Amino acid sequence: MPATTETVLGVFAYVDTTVRALEELRAKGYHDLTVYTPVPVHEIEDVLERDRPVSRVRLFTLIGGLTGTVSGFLLTIWSALVWGLTTGGKPVVSIPPFVVIAFELTILFGGLATLIGMVVLGRLPRLTPSPTFDPRFTNDRFGVAVHCATGRGGSVREILRGAGAEEVRP
Amino acid sequence: MMSQSPPTTPTFADVNRDVLRTLGPPGNLYFAWMCVVALVLAWGILAWTGQIWWGMGMAGKRVPQQWAMYITTFVFWIGIGHAGTLISAILYLFRARWRTSIYRAAEAMTIFAVLTAGLFPLIHAGRMWFAYFLLPYPNQRDLWPNFRSPLVWDVFAISTYLTISTVFFIVGLIPDIAAVRDASTGWRRRIYAMLALGWEGSDSQWRHYRRAYGLFAALATPLVLSVHSVVSWDFAMALVPGWHSTLFAPFFVDGAIFSGFAMVLVLVLPMRHFFKLHAYIQEKHLDAMGKLILVTGLVLTYFYLSEIFTTLYSGDEFDKASLFWKVTKSYAWALWLMYFCNCISPLILFWKKARTSPVVLYVVSILVLIGMWFERFNIIVPSLGHAFYPWAWGIYVPTLTDTSIVIGSFAWFFLLFLGFIKVLPSLSIVEVKETLPPPLKDRPHASHH
Repeated sequence: MPATTETVLGVFAYVDTTVRALEELRAKGYHDLTVYTPVPVHEIEDVLERDRPVSRVRLFTLIGGLTGTVSGFLLTIWSALVWGLTTGGKPVVSIPPFVVIAFELTILFGGLATLIGMVVLGRLPRLTPSPTFDPRFTNDRFGVAVHCATGRGGSVREILRGAGAEEVRP
Repeated sequence: MMSQSPPTTPTFADVNRDVLRTLGPPGNLYFAWMCVVALVLAWGILAWTGQIWWGMGMAGKRVPQQWAMYITTFVFWIGIGHAGTLISAILYLFRARWRTSIYRAAEAMTIFAVLTAGLFPLIHAGRMWFAYFLLPYPNQRDLWPNFRSPLVWDVFAISTYLTISTVFFIVGLIPDIAAVRDASTGWRRRIYAMLALGWEGSDSQWRHYRRAYGLFAALATPLVLSVHSVVSWDFAMALVPGWHSTLFAPFFVDGAIFSGFAMVLVLVLPMRHFFKLHAYIQEKHLDAMGKLILVTGLVLTYFYLSEIFTTLYSGDEFDKASLFWKVTKSYAWALWLMYFCNCISPLILFWKKARTSPVVLYVVSILVLIGMWFERFNIIVPSLGHAFYPWAWGIYVPTLTDTSIVIGSFAWFFLLFLGFIKVLPSLSIVEVKETLPPPLKDRPHASHH
């Protein structure tokens, strides 16, 4: 990565022009892009996800869920053994009722871990807005921020304008 | 889907404008409602204070009906809480697009209903400051909850449900709050900015967000089915005639969805009217909800019939006596009211005109809510009142205290909901936009889809 980079932002009003810009940029070798969209858009994701692995949030969910299952069984079995009270002639460690607790904790821990995963991987919370963010991106505009080597800005601006950006800055 | 959208299809900017409009300064009618609700709630709190001060005798419950109004209302509110997660999780996984315009309100309803329900075990237990006894925490006596008891399963199921529904709700809100943030100024902007966690809608945020959202839906789906099953086992695990049945879990879950959708309509129809959201909550949405009420109502009718059938077929004398007593004696009016509200009144929804008429839907929903409250009453009170021993039979009569607390709980619920609709977007900005045709410069050819 060069020591100095610059960032060019293109603001688009339409999905198809945004996609066109992304395709052009990728064809010209610009891969360091940030795309802002008011809603998740399949067409844009299709272009971007080609060289990206699947989100690792699911790993958090799996680990959280399994932790829940294990801790549910550990809590119930261990606490039943601490005070081994036999009721109704049933075994002190009776697995069927403990499944309910283990199930609930699986969901609870899995859900909380998913939340942590989403926050950590999505770099939330952001205390200061990124310099390329524009409030219109939560309304009806799409933004493409291109991070490129200094001096390449001119050609990036050209690609963005050519694809149909209504505004290019800086 | 074919693009048969009428010319008035809203654009992305329209969605932002229309949803943000709902957060504008409320009118006099809103404040009038708030006052009414707050007064009723104050009365309920007063009644609860009286019960704490003078003791549980203030409530009408006594042997044999130690479970009465409070547990009835507890189960009722837990049931109401089911529609929200059904809409946001199960219908999300099934890609039912009509859910988008109602799911936010339904999710908020879920959380408020569970928060209301959660009060009742505390009210019912009397000395609610010992409620922490229910939680597994290390103590010097080495005492732990009895994990073989359905009541402890309940604690776990409901607290998990409340937590996961709240997380689901908040996660869904993040991009919407960001939209509200970007349209507001001053101190509001600062508060919304904090709540939005700095959401910008960048591709990497969306990527993890979408994956997480799908996983939440996948986790919440078995959860929503489990919660009311666990609540039903509070009853089904006991030997009381009328409770001890393997039918209870699906029977409760179906009833919960039935009543939950009725409550969604009770909340969404006025919202649609006062906020003029007809472009988003269209007739087809009402139609879909009407169909769901109809289907769950028919399934419920089937459960009622199988309940009667299994009782008669089992040959169990106590079960048969209990059924006979319920159908013909002291509480028969409640049973027949329930049959009318839950089995007969939804039948009008077979008619499409009824399913798209807000007035008919509203009336049916209210009847369904009454019917479903009485369903829980009929399960709890008459069953306990006519169990095995004749010397332990009895009649429960509500008192002013427990009635006031139950009515107060409705005020508490509506107070939370009224507050919500003026503070947070009650329609999902993002999900409504997702169902609209995306803005395209070059219209695709007709054969595109």
